[in-house]
Amino acid sequence: MNLDPVLLSRLQFAMTIGFHFIFPPVSIGLAWLLVIIEGFGWRRGDEVYVRMGKFFGKLLAITFAVGVATGIVMEFQFGTNWAEYSKFVGDIIGVPLVAEGVFAFFLESAFLGVYLFGRNKLSKGVHWFSILMVAVGSTISAFWILVANSWMQTPAGYVIQNGRAELTNFFEAVFNPSTMIRFFHTVEAALITGAFVMAGVAAYLLLKNNRAEVARKALKLSIIFGLIVSLLELFPFGHGHAVQVAQTQPEKLAAIEGLIDGQTNAPMVLFGVPSEDPPRLDYSIKIPGVLSWLAYGNAEAYVKGLNDFPPDEIPPFWLTFVSFHSMVALGQYFIAVMLIGAFLLYRKKLWNQRWYLKLLVFSIPLPIIACQLGWIAAEVGRQPWVVYKVMKTADAISLTVSAGEILFSIILFGLIYLFLGALYIYLVVREVKRGPEVGQAKKVTA
Amino acid sequence: MIDLSTVWFALIGVLFTGYAILDGFDLGVGVLHLFARNDKERRINMNAIGPVWDGNEVWLLVGGGALFAAFPPVYATVFSGYYLALILLLAALIFRAVSLEFRGKVDSPGWRRLWDWSFGLGSLLPAILFGVAVGNILRGLPIDENGMFTGSFLGLLNPYSILIGVLSLSMLVMHGALYMTLKTNGSLQARMSKWASGAWIGFVVLYLLATISTALVSPFLFDGVLKSPLFWMLFLLLVAAVIYIPLTLKEEKYFRAFMSSSITIACLIGLAAVSLYPRLVPSITNLAYSLTVYNASSTPRTLTVMLIIALVGMPIVIGYTAYIYRVFKGKTVITEESY
Repeated sequence: MNLDPVLLSRLQFAMTIGFHFIFPPVSIGLAWLLVIIEGFGWRRGDEVYVRMGKFFGKLLAITFAVGVATGIVMEFQFGTNWAEYSKFVGDIIGVPLVAEGVFAFFLESAFLGVYLFGRNKLSKGVHWFSILMVAVGSTISAFWILVANSWMQTPAGYVIQNGRAELTNFFEAVFNPSTMIRFFHTVEAALITGAFVMAGVAAYLLLKNNRAEVARKALKLSIIFGLIVSLLELFPFGHGHAVQVAQTQPEKLAAIEGLIDGQTNAPMVLFGVPSEDPPRLDYSIKIPGVLSWLAYGNAEAYVKGLNDFPPDEIPPFWLTFVSFHSMVALGQYFIAVMLIGAFLLYRKKLWNQRWYLKLLVFSIPLPIIACQLGWIAAEVGRQPWVVYKVMKTADAISLTVSAGEILFSIILFGLIYLFLGALYIYLVVREVKRGPEVGQAKKVTA
Repeated sequence: MIDLSTVWFALIGVLFTGYAILDGFDLGVGVLHLFARNDKERRINMNAIGPVWDGNEVWLLVGGGALFAAFPPVYATVFSGYYLALILLLAALIFRAVSLEFRGKVDSPGWRRLWDWSFGLGSLLPAILFGVAVGNILRGLPIDENGMFTGSFLGLLNPYSILIGVLSLSMLVMHGALYMTLKTNGSLQARMSKWASGAWIGFVVLYLLATISTALVSPFLFDGVLKSPLFWMLFLLLVAAVIYIPLTLKEEKYFRAFMSSSITIACLIGLAAVSLYPRLVPSITNLAYSLTVYNASSTPRTLTVMLIIALVGMPIVIGYTAYIYRVFKGKTVITEESY
């Protein structure tokens, strides 16, 4: 059997980073929600929020631990599996990784310890500050890793000389054309994820009639928060990201939007069945002009299609198209769910709509899936390049590592991640079933 | 005038030293965990490092990141060359990380035993492998004229590197035991003190052996460096720190003993770095093929940007890290928040 080290390295990267990327969105989302919860607990002296903080703090701790554990691999696998890439772009890509470590990893890791172990050791204000630093740190971390990834999508501030990409302007490289919009888009996705995790867990507690006083306040908070962030994700952030892709990565836009032939008055595809070699879209439902209008603000604008590019420079069509459209569909679903929740909340009917509470429980994994799909669309949509128009993925691997070695590591990490994933679900479900601690009996005053 | 590449050679040394001192005691505690006598001791072990281990591990990530950014060919060549060893190391660190959080979550003896082993072996393996990695660097890696690694996984397990691996283990067990003397009292503290003394003897013997072996295996490391005042300063400080450990232990001045062992670690890494300089990875194939701070560094612009990041960021990091150690200083007490 002939194993292809490029394919294996890509599989390994997809697996290790895909599995890792389950956890940071949950952590970032929960951390910001905990900033609000602990803030209420501290400033209002409301013990319901204190118990809510302890309860969701435990879920954050488990999530964070698996995120940290699987994150270690991230820092080293550029060197292990992508040595040629590391040598070629190390002058640029290494810097955001260092900045992430110095400005983010230290902050979030150090203060998570303070948050988890310091509740009774520190003043309430300092304890609140510790969860704020966890939230800030994890968000800064997202920023720097998106700087690195965005540079690979839309490289800037560099020159190719001496057989490598060399930095010419740090700020242009950091704030390359896609960094900021992708940062907002991704952090927003993390906040949606946190909101749905919290809402789903609170709904479960309500269904089981377990600590309803905590569950109600948690549900109310997560629905209001979730509605705001889901709407913001559609506009301006999701839309803004698509416009950026249209301007800077036309091949990717054509693939995600399913535009085979370039045209003016380009349609938006609501549904379609894609196939490859050559790229084709069947049974599609389209609205003419909308893509031109969304991408360029003009329904008559010409949008390039996949056939406008050399066949060896377009991304795999099926996966890019399907992942993107599924993500968008889920995004609409999140808005709908949160709108219904807000409506029920407004009508004071939320607490006993069992169908809706069940829907929330069922929806817990969906934002995580949406994050994965968005990431797949972004990364697969960049192919065949590892750094857009600068370096091909096939040229980026480690030449000294054999296919057999990579296969070994895929199997090893695969088994470990299956085990960790199962344990994570088991522990979170267990913690949720146990529920928040019982409130102290109200002091009876005569 | 010291050039930027040299500055970053030194700074990466500082980062890895920070890692070795801080996560070093975590790993040592993890190894000692394999010898704990009962559940209470095991909980004390885990909670003694509970609030700080995660921040400590970040020093490794930042060190790795800095190596990537400052010396990309070194990062690429060494990590792809060490492929299987590094994969095993990462797997061990994954298990170590989750075992701390997972162990206390389910109240069943089988569950706890699983995570006790995971914590212990997840610490033992890195404690040895880091030493083996350093040993291979000191010995030199098989690198050809194009800077490509030409060796094999089994080639990394040569006697000299294994010796350095065991040296690293003894040093970290000593260091971890000294940390535990700060976190415990009574009979457990006395036992930790004994562990530290035992490991100290092992460490001294192994260090002497390692020094002799290094002179035989890698004579180039001593070329010129014996005239360097920095080398002799580090060496004298090392000797003083090593001798000071048993003296302070005897008088039960545990904090001083722990600080001495921290200085010991710093001096050892410093000596290795001074001897290696300007090489980062000597080539055993031909010394002329070595990766050095000159032929393997990033551009001055990148090194400058990173220096600014480090000068802005690290004082803040060190500030709050010191604050956090102050908050959690003193003996480990098991409370409702504990693991």
